Amino acid sequence: MKIDRRSFLSLGVGAVAGLTLSPLPWKMMDDSSIWTQMWPWTPVPEDGEVSYVNSTCTLCPGGCGILVRKVNERAVKIEGLKGHPVNDGGICILGLSGLQLLYGPTRVKTPLKRVGKRGEGRWEKISWDKAISEVAEKLKNLRKENKPHTVGCISGSANGTLPKLIERFLTVYGSPNFMKIPSIQDSYELTLHLTQGVQALAGVDIENSDFVLSFGSGIIDGWGSPVRMFKANSALKKSGGRLVQIEPRLSNTAAKADRWIPINPGTEAALALGLAHVIVKKSLYHKDFIENYASGFYDKTGDNGFKRFVLDECGLDKISKITGVDKTVMETLAKNFAKAKKPIAISGRGQGKSPGSLNEFMAVHALNALVGNINKKGGISAVPEPDFINWPELEMDAIAAKGMQKERLDGAGSNKFPDTGSLLNRFAQSINSGETGKKYPMEVLFVAGANPCYTMPDTKTTKKAFGKIPFVVSFSPYMDETAQNADLILPNHTCLERYEDMPAPVGLTKPVICLSKPVVSPLFDTKQTGDVIIALAKALSGNISKAFVWDSYKTCLEKTLGSKWDVLVEDGIWVDNDFTAPAWENAFDTPSAKFEFYALKTDDINPVKIEGDDNSYPLVLMPYDSVRLANGFIGDPPFVVKTVSDTVLKGKDSFVEINPETAKSCGLSQGNYAVLSTPKGTAMVKINLFEGIMPGIIALPRGLGHTAYDKYLANKGLNVNDLIGPVEDSVSGLDTAWGIRAKLSKA
Amino acid sequence: MSTKENAKDENTENGSADQDNKGRGDSSSGFIILFFIVGLVASLVVGWIVFPKLLYSRKKQPIDFNHVIHVEAVDEGCESCHFFREDGTFSGIPKLEQCTDCHEEAQGEDPNEIKFVEEYVAKEKEVPWLIYSRQPDCVFFSHVAHVKMAKMDCATCHGPVGESEHSKVYEKNRVTGYSRDIWGKNISGFKKNTYDRMKMDDCAQCHEKETGDKGSCFQCHK
Repeated sequence: MKIDRRSFLSLGVGAVAGLTLSPLPWKMMDDSSIWTQMWPWTPVPEDGEVSYVNSTCTLCPGGCGILVRKVNERAVKIEGLKGHPVNDGGICILGLSGLQLLYGPTRVKTPLKRVGKRGEGRWEKISWDKAISEVAEKLKNLRKENKPHTVGCISGSANGTLPKLIERFLTVYGSPNFMKIPSIQDSYELTLHLTQGVQALAGVDIENSDFVLSFGSGIIDGWGSPVRMFKANSALKKSGGRLVQIEPRLSNTAAKADRWIPINPGTEAALALGLAHVIVKKSLYHKDFIENYASGFYDKTGDNGFKRFVLDECGLDKISKITGVDKTVMETLAKNFAKAKKPIAISGRGQGKSPGSLNEFMAVHALNALVGNINKKGGISAVPEPDFINWPELEMDAIAAKGMQKERLDGAGSNKFPDTGSLLNRFAQSINSGETGKKYPMEVLFVAGANPCYTMPDTKTTKKAFGKIPFVVSFSPYMDETAQNADLILPNHTCLERYEDMPAPVGLTKPVICLSKPVVSPLFDTKQTGDVIIALAKALSGNISKAFVWDSYKTCLEKTLGSKWDVLVEDGIWVDNDFTAPAWENAFDTPSAKFEFYALKTDDINPVKIEGDDNSYPLVLMPYDSVRLANGFIGDPPFVVKTVSDTVLKGKDSFVEINPETAKSCGLSQGNYAVLSTPKGTAMVKINLFEGIMPGIIALPRGLGHTAYDKYLANKGLNVNDLIGPVEDSVSGLDTAWGIRAKLSKA
Repeated sequence: MSTKENAKDENTENGSADQDNKGRGDSSSGFIILFFIVGLVASLVVGWIVFPKLLYSRKKQPIDFNHVIHVEAVDEGCESCHFFREDGTFSGIPKLEQCTDCHEEAQGEDPNEIKFVEEYVAKEKEVPWLIYSRQPDCVFFSHVAHVKMAKMDCATCHGPVGESEHSKVYEKNRVTGYSRDIWGKNISGFKKNTYDRMKMDDCAQCHEKETGDKGSCFQCHK
């Protein structure tokens, strides 16, 4: 008797038979198939009680109402709030992606103190108490040295309780250096101030207009309050109104307009005056308005009036030569504009992120005056900012009073630029140049709700200026480029975690206040910047502490908004429905009590200058805006970047748009790599042939090329601000640059 | 050696092997049968007894819950705690907040009650209940369609849970992560009652009986 191979085979056969007759294989088959549906990395939506919270989106100054769907404590979807006066249920792509900014990895989770070199990205976590006392200590010392004016702040906005709290803090501390991120709002405010004598915001009633003449304003590319503008554009189409888009590049707005008129870039003012020429010459202007409510139209002793100037200096041949727009096109356009019942002319290129030339705004606004649609339905009206911040008067001590008398570092409000409130575009230059050395250096800089190291043209200069400021404090909730270059980050809550008011969303025709409120409790150890400012004030004691009577930002907000608070918490928006723009009799607060046409000079019809000489740089580079890309303080969340076409961004490469003719002359074809250089810098780009751009001009989108945030946002394409620089307006000091001279060569 | 010799050798070897086989034929086949039986029995034991024990890990609920006491104390039966929200979604296992309505302070001396109040109510911490009837994430199930519209009893699927005085042991499938109650206690997959199993076939069976159709894939797998 021997046990051999066959016995073991038999054992195996028996085992297999046994297993087959047992549930094991069948159960395992079933379980393993279920297991494959259960990969631990598969995201699983939260299950639980659904609730909705309404709030205001503050990712841009649009002021859209949002409705956030929550499952238990997790926010899962942001939608537009139906019935909201701004967006009525609509939402833009950035607003939709807001949750990625809340839950994404780009958040700063606790106060951070720099330990490595500036920008090296080495941080140490510190407690709030320690962080605040550290800042307070620095500020105390500067006051001891009688240098309060060397503290400054760059804020994303100048309106609302938070920016006003910061400004109040700086004032009572003793510094005039409160700056804000510039935009076309600055130019519009200045235009209304100079022509109508009012301190007001421009309300743009596109919805009710029947002829919109847009000088490059991307009304469906994110200009004004973006969602409202989408809807206004649809309303305009529905009611049979016309949109004429004037710009050198076929933007989305131009493509959807009734007529696109390509124009030599920077010559918009000349075209506006050319149109004025036709309107005046053919007597198509609004007689009642011009005769009774306008001044400066006719000659005055010693002064040529608007009429004489446009008739004599703005002949169509001359204007046609400057602008590249055909004479007959101008004639028809001017006639159609003037004959429309409710025409409106608007300016501010793209999304209106760059303030632009004052001259251009004044010329375009003069068209509105000529057709008499000021403070009218379907026109432009001066809307006062809601007047709700009435805090007790400040009491400055001697140090503060002395500090406040110093000239601002950016030169705003100086003899040179008396009418401008803030000139951030001059700030970096002023810090870097020796000129400042003579004034005073900046010792401490706060940055709140802004990312100047990314958004300001000429980022290199901006970063260099930051390098000269010994102590930079960022209040950003995100690890953005400015936070990365700071010494201390005191992270704010994101807009879905905090209370904050947003008065006067851009372009609305009535005074409005929006309120954003917490949708979820703060996820991390962050703090409302308002609370940090109040804590700093308390730590500094004396008059500074006295100026801040509130124990928290929320109390301050609640008390400041007073009777409006309940409405705002309930609806998220307060509208002054009783407001109507004053009739012409009472509308103008100028010396003449009339609308004032400004005195034109021959130089006013020349193109707005840009940097660089024609010989070394034969082409012109223009930044353009797309609603698919956020280009301000907020970076593009991954959802947004995914929607960008692969002729704009592919992998890490940005594409530059170029007319096929121009490309041919440079020896470039579709998809080629090329070296793009401007007086500000050099970068590698890819070529995208585009017939919708004028020959000789090339364009790059704003909003790409972040170097900070997280791996999803960083290193995608090129930041156009690295390649362009500011150009100063001689009257306002604001940045007028619409482009820069450039050169493309084969890589 | 030549090729011829090789061939001869092999023949001889084969011949001797044949002879051996003849000699021990019966005993060898006996072993074959014995080994077959051993293998068969061993693997049946493994498949029917050892495997189910290995497949499931046994977990106790954080708190031993007595449904009987609670059903007696409340007015609206199961729906007192397992209710429908206003939007029609089903609340499932109650949140701590609901328990706290009655259990802010410990009621009685039961150690489970004291543990519940001390560890969860006082610390405002949700109880990590283990859910016997939890379905995979790819399954969409609407309680309201079944309970309110088809007027089914909770017990039809969940069994007489309301009559339990203790929380039964939660057996977690080590492969899928789900409760044993989905496949059913019976490892061979046989069931006597409607609530013995919660697999897709069980849904389909009832659907076919009640509606005449098993339904389409996307009704549940959205």
